[in-house]
Amino acid sequence: MSEEIGKITWISGPVVRARGSRHVGMLELVEVGVDRLVGEVIGLKGDQMTIQVYEETAGMQTGAPVYGTGLPLSVELGPGLIQSIYDGVQRPLPLIEQAMGSFINRGAHFDPINREKKWKYTPKVKVGDEIQGGAIIGIAMETDTLEHRVMLNPDDSGTITWVAPAGDYTVIDPIAKLKMGKEEKTLTMLQRWPVRRARPFTNRRPANIPLITGQRILDTFFPVAKGGAAGIPGPFGSGKTVTQHSIAKWADAEIIVYIGCGERGNEMTEVLQEFPHLIDPRTGRPLMERTVLIANTSNMPVAAREASIYTGITIAEYYRDMGYHVALMADSTSRWAEALREVSGRLEEMPAEEGYPAYLAARLAEFYERAGYVNNLNGSQGSVSIVGAVSPPGGDFSEPVTQHTKRFIRCFWALDKSLASARHFPAINWLDSYSEYLEDVAGWWREKTGKDWLVMRNRAMELLSEESRLSQIVKLVGPDALPYTERMVLETTRLIREGLLQQNATESVDAYSSVEKQIRMLELVLYFHERGMSIVKRGAPINLIHDLPVVDTIIRAKSTVTNEELHKFDEIQKQIDDQMGQLDAEYRS
Amino acid sequence: MSEVTVQGGQEVVGVSRIEGPIIVVEGGANVSYDEVVEIQDSRGQLRRGRVLEVGEGYAVVQAFAGSTGLSIDGTRVRFLGTTLHIPVAEEMLGRIFDGLGNPIDGGPEPLTDHYADVNGQPINPTARIYPRDYIQTGISTIDGVNTLLRGQKLPLFSGAGLPHDQLAAQIVRQATLGKVAGAPPTEGEEFAIVFAAMGVKNDVAEYFRRSFTESGALTRVAMFLNLADDPPVERIVTPRAALTLAEYLAYQCDMHVLVVLTDMTNYGEALRQISNVRGEVPSRKGYPGYLYSDLASMYERTGRIRTSKGSITQIPILTMPNDDITHPMPDLTGYITEGQIVLGRELNFAGIYPPVAVLPSLSRLMKDGIGKNRTREDHPRWGAQLYAAYARTQDVRALASVIGEEELSDVDQKYLRFGRAFEREFVNQSFTENRTIERTLEIGWKLLSILPKKELTRVTLDEIAQYYKGDDAAN
Repeated sequence: MSEEIGKITWISGPVVRARGSRHVGMLELVEVGVDRLVGEVIGLKGDQMTIQVYEETAGMQTGAPVYGTGLPLSVELGPGLIQSIYDGVQRPLPLIEQAMGSFINRGAHFDPINREKKWKYTPKVKVGDEIQGGAIIGIAMETDTLEHRVMLNPDDSGTITWVAPAGDYTVIDPIAKLKMGKEEKTLTMLQRWPVRRARPFTNRRPANIPLITGQRILDTFFPVAKGGAAGIPGPFGSGKTVTQHSIAKWADAEIIVYIGCGERGNEMTEVLQEFPHLIDPRTGRPLMERTVLIANTSNMPVAAREASIYTGITIAEYYRDMGYHVALMADSTSRWAEALREVSGRLEEMPAEEGYPAYLAARLAEFYERAGYVNNLNGSQGSVSIVGAVSPPGGDFSEPVTQHTKRFIRCFWALDKSLASARHFPAINWLDSYSEYLEDVAGWWREKTGKDWLVMRNRAMELLSEESRLSQIVKLVGPDALPYTERMVLETTRLIREGLLQQNATESVDAYSSVEKQIRMLELVLYFHERGMSIVKRGAPINLIHDLPVVDTIIRAKSTVTNEELHKFDEIQKQIDDQMGQLDAEYRS
Repeated sequence: MSEVTVQGGQEVVGVSRIEGPIIVVEGGANVSYDEVVEIQDSRGQLRRGRVLEVGEGYAVVQAFAGSTGLSIDGTRVRFLGTTLHIPVAEEMLGRIFDGLGNPIDGGPEPLTDHYADVNGQPINPTARIYPRDYIQTGISTIDGVNTLLRGQKLPLFSGAGLPHDQLAAQIVRQATLGKVAGAPPTEGEEFAIVFAAMGVKNDVAEYFRRSFTESGALTRVAMFLNLADDPPVERIVTPRAALTLAEYLAYQCDMHVLVVLTDMTNYGEALRQISNVRGEVPSRKGYPGYLYSDLASMYERTGRIRTSKGSITQIPILTMPNDDITHPMPDLTGYITEGQIVLGRELNFAGIYPPVAVLPSLSRLMKDGIGKNRTREDHPRWGAQLYAAYARTQDVRALASVIGEEELSDVDQKYLRFGRAFEREFVNQSFTENRTIERTLEIGWKLLSILPKKELTRVTLDEIAQYYKGDDAAN
């Protein structure tokens, strides 16, 4: 399959130039040097090709051979992806560990998908069926509960001439034969897809179902829709990774693809060690059974970091095509942009802003546009939602990656260092964040909870922005100068901040809030506000409200009331009624 | 230029260009990327260098000791055919080396068959063990609210004139394996220490050496010194050489290793200098675009792996230029490391030691090393409560500076008292004071008891009942 196509003439870090064949394709996968390191052709000029190499190039010599494969950089797709952990170019890290020990050596070649494991397979087509690309030809049980819908490659179509009976097969065993024109093609459960090409679908659907994450500040205040794209920018230590992990754990997606792109090794290990023990509240199965991990940590080769984003999104699209809701976390897209910059710098391209190449925005757009809620070729519906972390240097949101990202996402969760310093987590600043999906998902909330979520949510946001205005005054003259009605706003917003927005990811009751719990809490706080306001307006001093025992109860409700005991909120509401009722009576006369 | 093949690699006589520490050599064939070279000047003096770029018929070489005295025709460059390796051995503990790993204490070369590549190799994430064992440093601001775990990388962000060296020395002296609060101390759980100095003054290196001697630790310390007057280019290798030894000690000899790297800011400057000479496209403040990857290739050499009992814990020290935490060096470091300990100038002026600015400090791994069966059950919430209260104190102080302390509400007055006591009693401790974890927790609760119970929303009601000792105990 691979023949020599040239010899190395120049080496600088991950970028190599070679001279030879003029028949090499742009973005073709090549093997470089005597160790046959994986690389990709990123530039051609006459007989000179520029290659980015996905492995460490130390020790490589000029004059060493380059081998062509004739194929673009692709991923293998088929049953066995779930629960895998890959590097940026889909090499299975556990197999690398088995073969090479604790450290990643160069030149490892392993099949991304196990060739020996047998899957319980049931065909869904019969001889004579005419099928189009993307059609489901059979079902393999990937885990006890997850149906892996084996699909025809989107580029193929034809007539089924033979079907294997139901049984246990490996991913390379023939499962059907397809007559395409004059040729007959043997189908297996395994297919390949070039990572830089988005998998096709019929058309987009409106994104109007929220991706429920169990995180109150996200679901209640800044929801992202299934098939939408959200960005989490924040300086270091503001909780990007913890937020990403929380979403990966609790999001109501059927498949999670988590890309650790240029981040810490220990964080990937944490996911690897924690997810098999965490139970998905919806299926009762370990979270790992819906997760695919791509780990290209910061010390792994930089070009593979660039590829890791594409590897991840292609796998996500593949499960979307089966009709699943997929959520993809990319932590962090800034590291990916930096990998682009590093390779661009080695190519001596003319830089645009801060050394980033001029095509940075185009690449970001391409990536985020691969999110979507779509009608698939096979008639099913699926979605890919993207949550991308952004790591702006110095926490400065005006830098190019954050700015360009903002153009292509519709949901912006701005992390705030000062909230993080006060250990207010998730440290998402409610005044700087936004979601453009509010109107889109309002209908879903009404249907699901029977309550007017958007009105309540906007009321709470109004109070929070009022608080921000009032706190400017408080900073100058102290809180005592404010009228009681305005101090009532401050009392309520304290409840919103400490009782609703703050959420402890490490505490079992608080880590995940059901939609019903979220809306009850919101309703309760607003009820407290309305009752309190009417009493204060009659002249009751604010400290009487401040000292009500129910205030503490409301703040602690997030960790004392579980998702199953929502009736306890009725009791808290009764406490509000009792305690406020007394005050009300006193000041009515 | 002529080419001679000698034993152990090809030799090229004469070079075509010399610019700063960068030498361009023409005429070598089949040169490897990142290969080590030996450079001989016209008087026969040897120095080492490394290949940065290879092209058809030429190689760009970086000379570690700079290019002083090299001439175009009189320089011989010998390509050694291998990447930079240093000897590694347990006997290297107790010894002092230069920035490239050559002994400078008058002793012999370490006797060993083990030579390891200074670049190391990335640890496979599947081979790691997630850090969960905390290190008791005896310092409240670390153990209590920014707990350090074995296998963590936790830098000290400091500024010129702040006592980061003292703090690092105190950590090294007092570090032991952490225990559940109240458990008796045990002996023999000391760390091996690998110390790397990049571009620091001789006084600083001497300070650490003396401090190691006084605490009797010198026999478990290996020092790699590239001082301020040593060639800057050598600094690129110094931390890598130190980490290479640390990896050997941790993963081959099952030791717990504490690596102190000081001062990473000088390292960054050396990297910038080379990048500059090579004419690379700069990103922020003239630093090369690959600064993040470069730093990660060192910081990520921390942790624990499943095949060894040992661990590497890193404490890099950075002096922030102009105390600016958004400067590329602390900024990119903070994105890679698992938290940061920030030293504050105001606290230092107030005579508080260690002047740890608690609010911007963070230990990301803390949550996994504390709490029930590790320190004490209330520890995580206790820590969050201290943080929240101290953050509130800052707001109150800002308000007090405008309207005056007398105008503050009772609760705010209590926050002011809490803040002062927090700095004087919790943050402040002497250079020789080694606090147990229960002592740290006790001080924290004593301070929280200054505040009304109602303000303590981060801790549970049970914990308040058990530990709260304030006047407010009644309601």
